Amino acid sequence: MAETPAPKTVPTRLIVAADTCLVMPRHIKLRHDPGRGRWIILAPERVFNPDETAVEVLQRCDGQRSVSMIAEALSQEYQAPLEVVLNDILEMLQDLTDKGVLVKAQ
Amino acid sequence: MNEIAPTHVTESAMPVCARVADGSPAPDPGPDPALCARAPIGMLCELTHRCPLQCPYCSNPVELERANVELTTAEWQDVMRQAATLGVLQIHLSGGEPTARKDLEDIVKVAAEVGLYTNLITAGVTLTRDRLARLVEAGLDHVQLSVQDVDPENADRIAAYKGGMAKKIEVAGWVKENGLPLTINCPIHRQNIHNVPRMIDFAVEMGAGRVEIAHVQYYAWALVNRAALMPTREAFMTAAKQVEEAREKYKGVIVIDAIVPDYYAKFPKPCMGGWARGIVNITPSGRVLPCHAAESIKGLPFDNIKDRPLADIWLNAEAFQKYRGTSWMKEPCRSCPRKEIDYGGCRCQAFALTGDAANTDPACSLSPLHAQWQAVAEVESHNPNVPEFVYRRVGGAAKKPETHNAS
Repeated sequence: MAETPAPKTVPTRLIVAADTCLVMPRHIKLRHDPGRGRWIILAPERVFNPDETAVEVLQRCDGQRSVSMIAEALSQEYQAPLEVVLNDILEMLQDLTDKGVLVKAQ
Repeated sequence: MNEIAPTHVTESAMPVCARVADGSPAPDPGPDPALCARAPIGMLCELTHRCPLQCPYCSNPVELERANVELTTAEWQDVMRQAATLGVLQIHLSGGEPTARKDLEDIVKVAAEVGLYTNLITAGVTLTRDRLARLVEAGLDHVQLSVQDVDPENADRIAAYKGGMAKKIEVAGWVKENGLPLTINCPIHRQNIHNVPRMIDFAVEMGAGRVEIAHVQYYAWALVNRAALMPTREAFMTAAKQVEEAREKYKGVIVIDAIVPDYYAKFPKPCMGGWARGIVNITPSGRVLPCHAAESIKGLPFDNIKDRPLADIWLNAEAFQKYRGTSWMKEPCRSCPRKEIDYGGCRCQAFALTGDAANTDPACSLSPLHAQWQAVAEVESHNPNVPEFVYRRVGGAAKKPETHNAS
């Protein structure tokens, strides 16, 4: 008879905030698909198609930089108001976190 | 930045047989439109039809392929290389039970090397901790573990396999210990539909990131056993509501994918996301199919990967071209505004029930056979005398259910 592992604590939803540092877990793969000429995110039984902005953001989700740091960098690069950029990417990152594409950096 | 549309990330349809696709347009043409732009995203590899379980709804054909006709290690490895070149992104290593192949690690290794995202679809009961570690070492990306029910005794009865549950709990632990993402797959039918909320809770407890509440689709073995498996419309509606509640409760914790039984749908499912559009299936002996049930369509010729390159089969083979796109359609599909949403439903179901795969799937309310077809579900699901299962065995389906003599 197999031994049953001890019950684990039930995970809770991560709410992404400006100071959250996010990272893609090992099993999520952001890569360029040369055949189709676009970026893709490979995930369990899912393929996501990020646009240019999403790729810029995801490449910066290295577990070191917070969401607000990423927003600041992009706001300068695109010369767009910080608040607009921050709200825009917070929404996107929350959605991707809910889908398991991003997790909180340890 | 603020001029950019708010949706920065869209999702490609990853068509399994019955999942409702998101209706996203076909991929943008890539630099080599002859290949990648029209390539399948996913490839389902039935590595073997051998399996220790005998689930009566198995999606394998009723005539199972024997071990002595299976492709060799080198042949499967070549399939992986060809798939990557063609533009396939993900492979689903399935069966039967794929771990019954002793060379699974060697196949995974090549698939990972050529950049394919590898998904193991397993019942788990024959896995060991060492074997899983070796598969991870070889480059495995994800494990999908089937659960027949959360009640161990009922699960044993459904799979005709004793002690499966304890083993699955153990396997789930190993998957997590290796840092791999886990999906729990629960095939749903009349004899376990009452446990849908508990199955979702179980998946959360196991640390799964995803759970499939996959209503059985009535082809192959499940068609043989339909009268023992079809849930009532009421039971289906209750389960659908429970799934919605769980989605709310577990938002951000687990992704719940529901695959609905088309007997209770108004419109047919976009089967495979459209014939020969997003996925390709290879049988243990190397036959290349547009869907895993395609061999049920009599008269359709299928090529073998040993005789013809994968790209050539995908692009040009008769079986793939026959129902690709919409030009093959008859009425009412031909003039239907939904023709590029659901592609007229499932060709195999259309063939099985009308004798012509080009007819509208009777799952569609516009099919002349629709009412008659729904009545079958109505009658069978309410029959108090549930027939016994015809278990998935080599040669097993020749034997009809004995009688309706369940105790």
